[in-house]
Amino acid sequence: MGPMRRLTRMGSALGGPTLAGAARLLRVPRRRGRSGADGDPAAAARWEVVTVDRPPEQVLPDGRWPEPLRLLEGAVEVRVRPAPGERGTELAARPLAGATPAVGLAAHLVGDDPRLLVRRTLRQVKQRVETGEVLRADRSALDRPEDGG
Amino acid sequence: MRALCWVGAGELAVREVPDPELRNERDVIVRVRRSATCGADLPLLAGRDPLLRSGDVLGAEFLGEVVEAGPRVRRHRAGDRVVVGAAVACGGCRYCRAGLHACCDNGSTDPASADADWGRSDVGCFGRPRAAGGFAGGHAEYVRVPYADVSAVRVPDVVGDDRALFAADAAPTGWLAAELGAVRPGDVVAVWGAGAVGQLTARAAVLRGCARVVVVDRHEERLRMVERHAGAEPLHYGRTDVSAELRDRSGGRGADVCVVAAGEPPARSMADRFGARVSDRPDALREAVHACRKGGTVVVLGGTDGFVDAFPLGALTDKRLALRGARRPDLRDVPMLLDRMARDELRTEHLATHRLPLEDAPLGYALFRDRADGCVRAVFTP
Repeated sequence: MGPMRRLTRMGSALGGPTLAGAARLLRVPRRRGRSGADGDPAAAARWEVVTVDRPPEQVLPDGRWPEPLRLLEGAVEVRVRPAPGERGTELAARPLAGATPAVGLAAHLVGDDPRLLVRRTLRQVKQRVETGEVLRADRSALDRPEDGG
Repeated sequence: MRALCWVGAGELAVREVPDPELRNERDVIVRVRRSATCGADLPLLAGRDPLLRSGDVLGAEFLGEVVEAGPRVRRHRAGDRVVVGAAVACGGCRYCRAGLHACCDNGSTDPASADADWGRSDVGCFGRPRAAGGFAGGHAEYVRVPYADVSAVRVPDVVGDDRALFAADAAPTGWLAAELGAVRPGDVVAVWGAGAVGQLTARAAVLRGCARVVVVDRHEERLRMVERHAGAEPLHYGRTDVSAELRDRSGGRGADVCVVAAGEPPARSMADRFGARVSDRPDALREAVHACRKGGTVVVLGGTDGFVDAFPLGALTDKRLALRGARRPDLRDVPMLLDRMARDELRTEHLATHRLPLEDAPLGYALFRDRADGCVRAVFTP
């Protein structure tokens, strides 16, 4: 394993309240033995990780968090390390212990799990670094007119 | 614009939908000239994908003309005639850079959605559920193509639409099967399924120099096509013992490479749809495993089945077989296949057994689904 860098910043960035709000919506007690965002809010959550097929200096230019991960500043901690075998950079993030309330199964099922937001954000970072843009979906089906025949 | 939409299990309709628009800087808008039915659409048509929504536009194999390009598109401009691969590929991730475009990490608008459940990201694809990161398909007057410099390939002027259309998906899938099987001169190759992909797998094996290729099916018209257009030997599985016949035709060794291109299984019950799906595909797969020689390779194509039962694992390990799989082709072979089409080495027009206007696409899919009237592929013109 190569050297590991951990970058943790606290602040009042947009992501903190957003995450906390999302997590607060639905809380369902989970079985014992679960930790992190599933149970004890003070415990560390599981890391979400992506491998970006670029060297660390391109993933974090000048050591700064890349967009859109920067939006989560203050709500997550970030870990960066070179992937083995010149496979790029392993970029990991997880909600800060205590920064977001515990989230239960129901929140996970309806998409209010902060880990899902963290995972999606990491994937967007990967897309931006590897392709130069974040791929947008086609227009929503809600935009479609009624039956035309 | 008009487009073929899925409106419910077994129901399709041509509807008025909004024109596509450039959503990213690497997009182009393509005016569709031809689109083809595809076996991978059949589970969608049957309503077996819970993420599909009424109004989603189908169509994963199409050809058209660029009418608008985003500011970061370098290889295409308005007026270019292009085929578009079924998988949306970025060209910049590790998989794309290795030529594995169908495994692209960045082709989906929501790649994280499958991470937790399946341990890998969804692949973006035309004509697949938007909720799974898919894009509106090519059975339409216009279609948006992301990452156009990678996903779209210019068609040589000498290759007609009806031939080039199949360079989008069926031909590269067939080529991929032969490549995954590492078909080499002198090999005996067996292919299960004489649909478009099976026929083009057989043709690819011939072009790679195999000694003989045997295609197994039960549809007379398709078997005749295999003989005439692919240079392969037909084998009707309803009239003979396939395993014994393949042993005989391979000098008792067994086929060196066995490819299962038997298409999607028929629609199943609601319980199957929401539970663990058990497929009848193993009939062909089992036969392929048993027919393959020791140390040979079995290639399985397609397959949205999810799970299969009664897989002959013992035979696989006893014979030290290699098992390879692919659902969608990569884009790396498309220029080479278009060149072969230009040189008449690869002819595909005969696969378009039914040419219909887009308005009749629901009928075309019914023919294709039921394999009625000798239908191999229905091709639509908007």
